[in-house]
Amino acid sequence: MNKGLILRKVCILRAGIPLIEVDYAIAAGEILTVMGPSGVGKSTLLAYLTGTLATTFTGMGQVLLDGLDITKYPPHARRIGILFQDDLLFPHMSVGTNLAFGMPPGGSKASRLAQIEEALSDVGMAGFADRDPGTLSGGQKARVALVRMLLSNPRALLLDEAFSRLDAELRAQVRDLVFQTAKKRALPVLMVTHDIEDAQDAGGTIIKLKSLSKG
Amino acid sequence: MKHFAFIAALVAPTFLLANPSPSDWEAVTSEASGQTVYWNAWGGSTTTNDFLAWVGGRVLEDYGVVLEHVKLTDTAAAVTRVLSEKQAGEDDDGAIDMIWINGSNFAAMKDADLLFGPFAEQMPNWALVDADGKTVQTDFTVPVEGFESPWAMAQVVFVHNTATMPDSIGSMDALLEWAQANPGRFSYPQPPDFLGTTFLKQALVDILDDPSELQAAATDENYGPVTAPLWVYLDALTPHLWRAGRAYPATGTAMFPLIADGELDLSISFSPGAASTAIANFELPDTVRTFVLEKGTIGNASFVAIPYNSGSTAGAMVVANFLMSPEAQARAQDPNILGYGTVLNMDALTDNDRSKFDALELGIATLSPAELGSVQAEPHPSWMTRIADDWANRYGTGQ
Amino acid sequence: MLRFLPALTLLAMLGPVVAGLWGTALPALGHLPAAGLTGPSLDPFWDLFNWAGLGTAVRLSVMVGLVATSVSLTIVVFITAGWSGTRSFHILERMLSPLLSVPHAAAAFGLAFLIAPSGWISRLLSPAFTGWDRPPDLLIVQDPLGLAMIAGLVIKEVPFLLLMTIAAMGQAQPRRSLLVAQSLGYGRLTGWLKTVFPRVYTQIRLPVYVVIAYSMSIVDVAVILGPSTPPTLSVQIVKWMSDPDLSMRLTGAAAALLQLALVIGALGFWWCGERIVARLGHQWIISGRRGQFDPSIRIFALGLGSISGAAILFGLAGLAVWSFAAFWSFPNILPDGFTLRTWARHGPDAFATLGETFLVAGIAVLLALALVLGCLEAEHRSGRGLTLRGLWLLYLPLLVPQTAFLPGLQTLLLNLGADVGRLPVIFAHLVFVLPYVFLSLGDPWRSWDSRYATVASALGARPWIVFWQVRVPMLLRPILTATAVGIAVSVGQYLATLLIGGGRVSTLTTEAVALASGGDRRAIGVYGLMQTLAALVPFTLALIIPTVLWRNRRGLHE
Repeated sequence: MNKGLILRKVCILRAGIPLIEVDYAIAAGEILTVMGPSGVGKSTLLAYLTGTLATTFTGMGQVLLDGLDITKYPPHARRIGILFQDDLLFPHMSVGTNLAFGMPPGGSKASRLAQIEEALSDVGMAGFADRDPGTLSGGQKARVALVRMLLSNPRALLLDEAFSRLDAELRAQVRDLVFQTAKKRALPVLMVTHDIEDAQDAGGTIIKLKSLSKG
Repeated sequence: MKHFAFIAALVAPTFLLANPSPSDWEAVTSEASGQTVYWNAWGGSTTTNDFLAWVGGRVLEDYGVVLEHVKLTDTAAAVTRVLSEKQAGEDDDGAIDMIWINGSNFAAMKDADLLFGPFAEQMPNWALVDADGKTVQTDFTVPVEGFESPWAMAQVVFVHNTATMPDSIGSMDALLEWAQANPGRFSYPQPPDFLGTTFLKQALVDILDDPSELQAAATDENYGPVTAPLWVYLDALTPHLWRAGRAYPATGTAMFPLIADGELDLSISFSPGAASTAIANFELPDTVRTFVLEKGTIGNASFVAIPYNSGSTAGAMVVANFLMSPEAQARAQDPNILGYGTVLNMDALTDNDRSKFDALELGIATLSPAELGSVQAEPHPSWMTRIADDWANRYGTGQ
Repeated sequence: MLRFLPALTLLAMLGPVVAGLWGTALPALGHLPAAGLTGPSLDPFWDLFNWAGLGTAVRLSVMVGLVATSVSLTIVVFITAGWSGTRSFHILERMLSPLLSVPHAAAAFGLAFLIAPSGWISRLLSPAFTGWDRPPDLLIVQDPLGLAMIAGLVIKEVPFLLLMTIAAMGQAQPRRSLLVAQSLGYGRLTGWLKTVFPRVYTQIRLPVYVVIAYSMSIVDVAVILGPSTPPTLSVQIVKWMSDPDLSMRLTGAAAALLQLALVIGALGFWWCGERIVARLGHQWIISGRRGQFDPSIRIFALGLGSISGAAILFGLAGLAVWSFAAFWSFPNILPDGFTLRTWARHGPDAFATLGETFLVAGIAVLLALALVLGCLEAEHRSGRGLTLRGLWLLYLPLLVPQTAFLPGLQTLLLNLGADVGRLPVIFAHLVFVLPYVFLSLGDPWRSWDSRYATVASALGARPWIVFWQVRVPMLLRPILTATAVGIAVSVGQYLATLLIGGGRVSTLTTEAVALASGGDRRAIGVYGLMQTLAALVPFTLALIIPTVLWRNRRGLHE
């Protein structure tokens, strides 16, 4: 059974010097938390997984998703969803269009719209499809970003300080929503954070990165 | 080099055959239909531009010829263009189909075999031209021989604002005296602008007791002594010019606003009717009048020529012929339009055509043909070239 | 495909420059086979050095370039130092930005009418204050020192350098540095000069070099405002190049190479000046002086900046009044009457020319946009940014004087048998449009948050979908602004249109400059205004279109 996201001897180098090394298999529904001081290369690790590593870095090792080696896949074919600390909703699209952008093609227009409406009401935002994302509150934006990501049917989920911009109360709410959805869908999750509460709430393994390069 | 000579030998004979032949006018008009003629002409005068646009409308209507006015700041640019095209071997469809050309550029182009023709004297409207009474067969003393066709007569007139300068002046010496008494109120366009060089020639012709020597080419021997009085004259005049001769207007029409604002009292023009036209266009005050010198002033014809490598020679000939038509000539002479003198012989016209000319009001600032008096001949172009160069060295390059 | 675009762009930009210089160098060394002249020979240079006006023309070119640049830069630096972040600065920025697009020729016409002895200023003061009932015989425009020409360049370069400086400040975080300096007791101006300016200057150094090269070699402004006895070297080059006597072309080509050498020399001189100023500045910083003259310098700089902006605005107003004027003589402040006659005479032609102008500009800008967007996307995908060397290459067509390579390019095009007309003109315009579009779009394009691209591809979008559906719509505003910049650059091109078009392509600028020699102020008013409109309307659209299109998208208006 190969379900899950496997980082096999992943190592990221800058100018030939190793920056981070991770070797870990994230099972379906499991949350792996990666912690470490800023600048240690946590986001670089995520960039390697999404296939958007800057040319100044070199990545080594394999990434396997549900048994498939996706290391050489282009970003759009990897089916790994990602949430950043900013919502990154496309500001020129309405909430509904943002969601439709993420959905895999197919189905009639009506059925797609119905799907969008249903997904919005699942997070308590029924009737928001025509809204301008610029007019939403922080918590609403975060929820739309999550829904957009989920509608694209990802097989794994990456969280890049995803909750750090939210205030304390909202933060717990959104975090619970994300974690529960991930568990319900049996998605392997890799969370990068510097907040110990995030890590405790996730309840999974915690890897603490140290800077490998001295300096 | 061998190849070049060979090609030249092949190409050369075609220059001699005017193709299509202007004698077969029907063939010309039928070939002209649908052709586009790029007429390179000075674009600084808005009244001339309007007239050329009107000509374009008329030849399109009657002959299906599309006329494009390529507006130049300096006609020499067109000559250069043809020269560069010849260098580049562009012998069939050059950028220029017709040039409003002056005497020295004509001499240069004719000399270098850069012109199409002869065509002018075979065209139908040539029969109406006053070939005996007007200087249309020589251009700055150079024989025309049908390589350019005339379309307007020009003569130097002095333009003065009677509000500030009531009296006219009879000679260049009188002009100098007046300028000394009224510093800063006279100027002429900066040579090599054609009106600027015309002023220099006019000055020389008027100062010399016997200007006949100017009719032959200048030589190294006679150039110095003959022109010496001119430099004495200019040395005396320059400090009393507008801006003390440290700046000059770019062209003749550029002096109109200077007169209108009262900066100048006196300027010159090569078009007897231009002042009246400018008054009608609010460019000059209605107190402006014109005069000529006692000994008369220089006059010549304006010509159009066709480059050897024009791809639309038929169309260009149609335009050149139309320019000599009574319709176009009468319009050009109308002071509300251009105020140019006609090249036609009134006696050769039908009564109907002649009445168009008779009906014209010359305008308040335009002299009648009788008042314009005798026309002095242009000097040979070699004088003008050398004088313009010397002028540039003496007055055009600062101290 | 995408990966060849940078090379193609470089070719479109530098190919004509290199080819043109080659086409200039040959005749300069006496090689013009068609005229029966084969080189190499140094005669063209001897002829050039024997021209009596050479010393004056060279001095003019160099002085005008260096003085115009120093004055513009000084005004801009002191305004920014003294006022950035204030309301007045914001107002000035708002006022100057649209002026950037006003073509040089139109601004020069306007200025000429303001400052001439018979101009508006003189009319306002006469005869009440001056006692003049006729314009004084003063050599104000076309003065031998080129002061009018310098003024004409300064009013156009101040907006350019100011906007460049504002763009550069975005990366320098001036507010914090200034706050620190002020808390240490420095005046606003001195604090800014000592802490922010050194960083800002490295960013605007290349634009400053462009201003030097441009001011030294510009033709249209020199024809309108510059002296003529003798003119600047560039104007004389164009005269020689269009002389019917072929040997003059050799002299012209030699002069073109001299012009190139002068520009290189002036840039070198400026570079040395930078070193000296840097050293003096260093000592000034160490001295710890807090800046006691700050308040007066601030006021003075703002005054100069406002005058420079007002000169363009009132100049354009003067053009407008002339275009509707009936008879209007000195010292009347307004015409005797207003009439539509001038517009009726020239309006139809001017609008037809506007069509040609936009056609040339439109195609050139579309080509430029395609190349630039392609290059930027290639840069984004490969992850390799523009190096300093790349930036220099980008600026190169703007640093080589136009008079040095355009005449050579014209000769070469003829030799290739390329048809004259619109197409070569479009490609000649592209040489100048490309760098400006690139520079205008580059920064906003790169500062776009690329995490949007990561999110979009994580959602399964292919690269071209990300490009067209996410990046381009989000960057619509800068793309339209770059388009407007490109159009303004194309509209303003004089020499490229004149020489490469062989006279068959006339744009509003060539028409307007041709009219300049005729001195018909009413017609010049019509064409000057049309020229300004042709450059301003795209800018207005670039502001309005995104505002209307994204009126319900708050996230795009921050």
